[in-house]
Amino acid sequence: MRLEPKPAPTLAVTLLYPLGAVAATLVITSLLVLVAGASPFSVFYLVAKGAAGSQFALLETLTRSTPLIFTGLAVAVAFRARLWNIGAEAQLYVGGIVTVVLGTGALPLPAFLLIPIIMVVAMAGGALMLLGPAVLKTRFGVDEVVTTLLLNFIVLLFVSMLLEGPLKDPMGLGWPQSSKVIAGAQLPRIIQGKRLHYGFVIAIVSALIVWVIMKKTTLGYEMRAVGHNPQAAGFAGIPVNRVLMKTALLSGGLAALAGFSEVSGLKGNLTLDLSPGYGYSGIVVAMLAMLNPVGVVVSAIFVAGIFVGADAMSRAAQVPSYIADVMVATALLTMVVAILMTRFRIRWK
Amino acid sequence: MPALQEEKPTANAQDEGAPVVLRLDGVTKRFGPLVANDAISFDLKRGEVIALLGENGAGKTTLMNILFGHYVADEGSVEAFGRALPPGDPRAALDAGIGMVHQHFTLADNMSVLENIALGTQSFWKARFDRASARRRIAELSGAFGLAVDPEAMVASLSVGERQRVEILKALYRDAHVLILDEPTAVLTPAETDALFHTLKLLVGQGLAIIFISHKLNEVMAVSDRVLVLRSGRLAGERIIAQTTRHELASLMVGQEVTPPPVPPVITGPSLLVMEKVSTVRQANATPLDNITLSLHSGEITGLAGVSGNGQAALAGLLSGTEVPLSGNYSVQGEPVGRDWSPAVALAGGIARIPEDRHAVGTIGDMSVTENVIAERYHTERFSRAGFLDWAAARKFAEEIIADYDVKCPSPDARIRLLSGGNMQKLILGRALDPEPVIILANQPTRGLDVGAVGYVHGKLLEARSRGAAVLLISEDLEEILALSDRILVISKGRLSTPSARGERSVHELGQLMAGHGEEGRAA
Repeated sequence: MRLEPKPAPTLAVTLLYPLGAVAATLVITSLLVLVAGASPFSVFYLVAKGAAGSQFALLETLTRSTPLIFTGLAVAVAFRARLWNIGAEAQLYVGGIVTVVLGTGALPLPAFLLIPIIMVVAMAGGALMLLGPAVLKTRFGVDEVVTTLLLNFIVLLFVSMLLEGPLKDPMGLGWPQSSKVIAGAQLPRIIQGKRLHYGFVIAIVSALIVWVIMKKTTLGYEMRAVGHNPQAAGFAGIPVNRVLMKTALLSGGLAALAGFSEVSGLKGNLTLDLSPGYGYSGIVVAMLAMLNPVGVVVSAIFVAGIFVGADAMSRAAQVPSYIADVMVATALLTMVVAILMTRFRIRWK
Repeated sequence: MPALQEEKPTANAQDEGAPVVLRLDGVTKRFGPLVANDAISFDLKRGEVIALLGENGAGKTTLMNILFGHYVADEGSVEAFGRALPPGDPRAALDAGIGMVHQHFTLADNMSVLENIALGTQSFWKARFDRASARRRIAELSGAFGLAVDPEAMVASLSVGERQRVEILKALYRDAHVLILDEPTAVLTPAETDALFHTLKLLVGQGLAIIFISHKLNEVMAVSDRVLVLRSGRLAGERIIAQTTRHELASLMVGQEVTPPPVPPVITGPSLLVMEKVSTVRQANATPLDNITLSLHSGEITGLAGVSGNGQAALAGLLSGTEVPLSGNYSVQGEPVGRDWSPAVALAGGIARIPEDRHAVGTIGDMSVTENVIAERYHTERFSRAGFLDWAAARKFAEEIIADYDVKCPSPDARIRLLSGGNMQKLILGRALDPEPVIILANQPTRGLDVGAVGYVHGKLLEARSRGAAVLLISEDLEEILALSDRILVISKGRLSTPSARGERSVHELGQLMAGHGEEGRAA
C-alpha cells in the first residue's frame, strides 16, 4: 500500500470529506451499538431526535456548542500555524478563574463595563497560559504537545486548590465550588427562561473575526505560511517566532473565552466539572472543520448534538451515553484519515 | 554475481551480437492530460552504457520509475533478461538485477558502510548476520572496480563521493546486472568524476549494462556508447556517440538551436558588500567560514566554485540573513551588519536571494503562486494596509511575474507545488529581481533545470549585472561558473582562495583549489 500525492480537490469535493468521515463513524460505532444489544438505526434516530427533535433539544445543543466553538477556534488557529495546542482545557479553566475572581463582587460595575473587562482579562490570562509553552518551543525546542497537555493537569489541580482555599464559597456547605458571580457579570439569556445565552452570539462573532484574520490580514497570511513551511517562511523574512507568539496569544485567548462564557452565561460559578473535556473535544471540532473558522461553528454544533442526543438516547435505549465519547473520538480518527485522503490517494500494491 | 563470473569480458557496445538485457517496448504513461512517456522503446545490451539525455520534465524520471516498478505504465512492457517484469513491483526489478543509484542518496547516516550495503539483503528469520563474509564480498567488489571505501566507517563521516561509491557497491552487492545512475556527477569534483568514469568502464568490461542519466553533454559524450534523447515525453532521437556532436545533441534536447548567452564586457563599479576576516559559528551539518575576506562590486558577477559542503551554506546564510557573523567586519552598502541581521533586514538592505533548495526554502509548496510571490514583500504598502492584505494587488503582481518571466502555470491560484522545477525557479527569480536589487545572491540557481531554463536564468543574471547589480554566483557546476563569472573564487574547508579574473586560472588549477590543494585563503 502506498500514498501518492494528488492535486488539491475542488471546494465541493472538499466538503464531502467531513461528511464521509461522519458516515464512516456511524458505521463503526453501530458495531458497538450492536454489541450493546440495541438496534443502530433506533439508537442513531434517538440521538438525532435528542439533539434536534424539539425546540428544547435544539436550544440545548446550541448551548452545549458554545464552549466547543471557542475551543475549536483556539485549536484551529493554533494548528493552522502548526502550534500543537493540546492545552485548550487549561486555558478554558484560566478563563473561568478570571471570571469568578473579577465577577464575584471585586469589581462592582454595571454589566456593560464589567463583562468587557472580564473578557479582556480572561483572554489575557488564557493567552499567557499558552505563551509559556510557545516560548519554550521557540527558544529551546521543547515539544509543545507535551507542555500544553501536562499543563491541563497542573491547572486543574490549581483550580482544585483554589476551590478548597481562597475561592471557596463560604455559603457552599463545604462543596468545592466558588461563589456565584454578581448580576453585572452574567451574560443574559437569549430567550427568557431558556438556557441559551449570549455567549453563543459572542462565539459566532468570534468565528467571523477569526475568519477575517485568517483570510484577509497579514497576520493570517503569516500564520498560514509558518504552518505550511516555517523554513521557507523564515527565509522570506517572515518573523517565524514572533508569529508563533501571536498565534499562541490568539489561541489561548479564544480558549479562555470558553471558560468565561460557561461561568458567566450558564453555570454562574466555578466548579471542577466546568468542562467535561471541551478543550479536548475542541481538537475534534477543529479537525472536522478542516481548521476553517466558519466550519468550526458547524462542526461544534454537530459534536454538541452528539453529546446532547446521546444523553437523551441513553435514557430511552439501554445504551450508555458514553457512546457519544466513542463517536466523537472515532470521528477524529476518520477525519484524520479523510484529511490524508484530500492530499494523497491510496494505491494498493 | 553471475554476470561477473561469466567468461571473459568480451562485451562491447558496438558489438551487435551482445545479448539484450533490458527491453522497453512502447512504454506510455499519462498523468491526466499530460503524456509523460509516449511510446518509448529501446534495448539495452550487455556491456553497454546508454545515456538518457533530456530537459527536466522530458520524462526521464517517469521512465526510470516505470522501469523500477514505482509507477505502472498505461501501455507497453518492460522485459529484463528475456522475461517480462511484472508492472508496479520494485522488488521484482531488484530481483531481476536492476540496481539504481539515486540522485539523493538513500543511506542511513548512523550505520556503517557494511551495514548499509547489507541492509535488506538479510533474511528476517536468520538470527546471526555473517559479517565476515559480507566484508569479504565488499572487499572483492571494491577492489575489482576501484570503489575504495572503508566498510567499517560510519556513513555520516563519508564525503559525498564516498557515499556514491557505497551506493554503487550496494547495487553490486545485490547482483545488479543493470545499473541506473541518476545525475551521478552533480555532487562530485572533477577528479571524483574521472574516478567514477573509470569505475563505470571497469563495470562495463565485466558485462554490466549501465543507464546514465545526465544533463551534462560533455559527460554524456565521454562516458556513453549510445545516447537516447527525450523531449516532452517522446524519444526525440537516438545517436551512436561516435557519430554525433555535442551541438547536435543539444539541439535534439531543446528542439531548436542553442546559443550561449553573450557576455558583455564588465564595467566594475564600487564595492556594495564587504566582508573582512569574517568567521561563522560551527553548525551541526555545515562547515563554518574561517576568516574570509570578500567584496562584491557593482556590475560584476563573482563566481564561487567549490565542492558542496565546504562553507557555501554559511556564506549564503550570511548574505541571506539566516546567519550572523561570529567575528570580523561585514557591511552591506556601507552599513555595518549588526546583531539584528535577519532575512528581513537583508531584503531591506537591497539583497535579493535565490536559495539553493527551491522546494524546502524558496517556496511554500501548499500555498498559491500569488501567496508565494508576495512572501518577501507582503508587509509593504504595495500589498497591505493597516494589517489587511490587498489580494487584488497581490494577484496582479503574480500575473505580472507570470507574464514577464514566462512562467507556465494554470493560474495565480494554483498551488506552487504543482509547478515544474524550472517554472518554480522563474517565479523565485521574478520575486527576487522585480524590486531591482543591487546585490544578488544566486545559490545553485540552475541546479536540476533543463537547458532552456538554465539559459533563461543566466540571461536574467547577466541582465542584472548590466544594470549594475553585484552578483554572487555559488555553483558546483564549474562550467556555469566559468561561463558567467567575471571573477572566480574557490571555497574549500571554509576558506576562500585569492580571486582570479576570467580565464586567469585553468580548469585544472581550479580543480586543485576545490580539492583543497593550493595557496592559503588570503583576500578577495
